[in-house]
Amino acid sequence: MQIYLDNAATTKMSKTAIAAMLPYLDVVYGNPSSLHSAGQAAAEALADARARIAACIGAAPNEIYFTSGGSEADNQAILSAAKNGARKGKKHVVSTSIEHHAVLHTLKKLQKEGFEVTLVPVGENGIVNVNDVKNALREDTCLVTVMYANNEIGTIQPVREIGALCREKGIPFHTDAVQAVGHLPVHVQADNIDALSLSAHKFHGPKGVGVLYARKGFLLSNLIEGGAQERGKRAGTENIPAIVGCAAALEEACSHMAENAKKLSALRDKLIDGLAQIPHSVLNGDREHRLPGNVNFCFEGIEGESLLLLLDDKGICASSGSACTSGSLDPSHVLLAIGRVHDIAHGSLRLSLSEENTEAEIEYTIQAVKEVVEYLRGISPVWRDLLNGKREFIIK
Amino acid sequence: MALYSEKVMDHFRNPRNVGVIEDADGVGEVGNAKCGDIMKIYLKIENDVVADVKFETFGCGSAIASSSMATELIKGKPISEALALTNKAVAEALDGLPAHKLHCSVLAEEAIKKALQDYYEKNGIEYDHSLFPDCESCTHCGEE
Repeated sequence: MQIYLDNAATTKMSKTAIAAMLPYLDVVYGNPSSLHSAGQAAAEALADARARIAACIGAAPNEIYFTSGGSEADNQAILSAAKNGARKGKKHVVSTSIEHHAVLHTLKKLQKEGFEVTLVPVGENGIVNVNDVKNALREDTCLVTVMYANNEIGTIQPVREIGALCREKGIPFHTDAVQAVGHLPVHVQADNIDALSLSAHKFHGPKGVGVLYARKGFLLSNLIEGGAQERGKRAGTENIPAIVGCAAALEEACSHMAENAKKLSALRDKLIDGLAQIPHSVLNGDREHRLPGNVNFCFEGIEGESLLLLLDDKGICASSGSACTSGSLDPSHVLLAIGRVHDIAHGSLRLSLSEENTEAEIEYTIQAVKEVVEYLRGISPVWRDLLNGKREFIIK
Repeated sequence: MALYSEKVMDHFRNPRNVGVIEDADGVGEVGNAKCGDIMKIYLKIENDVVADVKFETFGCGSAIASSSMATELIKGKPISEALALTNKAVAEALDGLPAHKLHCSVLAEEAIKKALQDYYEKNGIEYDHSLFPDCESCTHCGEE
């Protein structure tokens, strides 16, 4: 038995997407840059996928650029905007403290190149305040980049309002929508988005393919030089099977979005209510404004990696923001940003659902987490000190 | 390849000597919650032999497995052998630890040394201070 609750990491591919891809691994294997009919068949599939993906997010087909995934799209959007800004002497970027590393590390790189970066903090609810973003804007701001929804705590950011603000000031606005697309009704026109990153494997598509949406006028620079693919902005023979799979998965996700969200949020709320019964536990991120499938808790007195390993023994695949699971010594920057201190940030658990999960699985998971937390607390000297009053509870 | 060896997983899943010794002769606690791992070792000493040992650990899988293995390695052994236990011996007995988890075996060695030092201090026994690590000098938490 396996209960997969790590859909924010990656998802199982949909049968529809697999079926859509198969002919392009087998029959239609041409290179879309080739003039002959085999190549042109692939070129047609590429154009078709581009148009369908564009339609799903409210874009025009020629605003869609295929990449290797969300990280590449984030890198290219940010570095392009920075280059455009630098040409006009604008070298300031605004972002938030809870972005994905694909954004944060790209911004660090820019800082080394002389850019200034303002990371707007978020509230304890894990949501950035639009006014704080507004106050961070300067004459020389060349880009605002704010994620659509957070990958760890699932909080949905006020992207539409930030987009409107940026439009008013004439500042390009990029959003890392990797966790949102396919799950929330993302629309680049309605949401005032100039550039957006998405990744197929987060909505039951294949790994290794993503999209950078760049509005007409959002000038892109290449990360990868070579042939003239993607209108000269991203060299390399297109991964046609993956691109076709991405389009099929996205269309499927969008056509079931409302019913999936309804089902998922009911399961999510059941899971949240169940885990909240564990003493000295706290939900991370806003209860309302969160992804339909995201649950994230901190449990005081235990450490996340051992929690994950024991849950795995019980057949549950989960994730944690503990330092031990990241290979670094610091726990998740997102948990620290919402005010969780190190001691409890190490004891975090992320469960991210998909529409394939069932009520029975959620009930089993609640019971399993309760048991494992209780066991680990039982062997934890920290927990003993908390019970003895030698140490004060941080989570009341 | 799995993150941990079978040995590590065995000691993590079925830790030996978990618990508390209420009337312990020596207690040693190392690490801190900020770093994400704390180990506490309780010793019962009889005739210069580790008659009993228990541990409590807040930490990752390798921290729990290292504590468990370390207690196994010193139980029933003379104090001199317990004092000579190295982090390397703990890691080797576990069939190795991933590089970024080696500090867990260091914590286990230090926790035992600290518990023995506590035993010496409580009983007014003279000992060689140079054999014991100075916790203040540990840079584990400050490392980038």
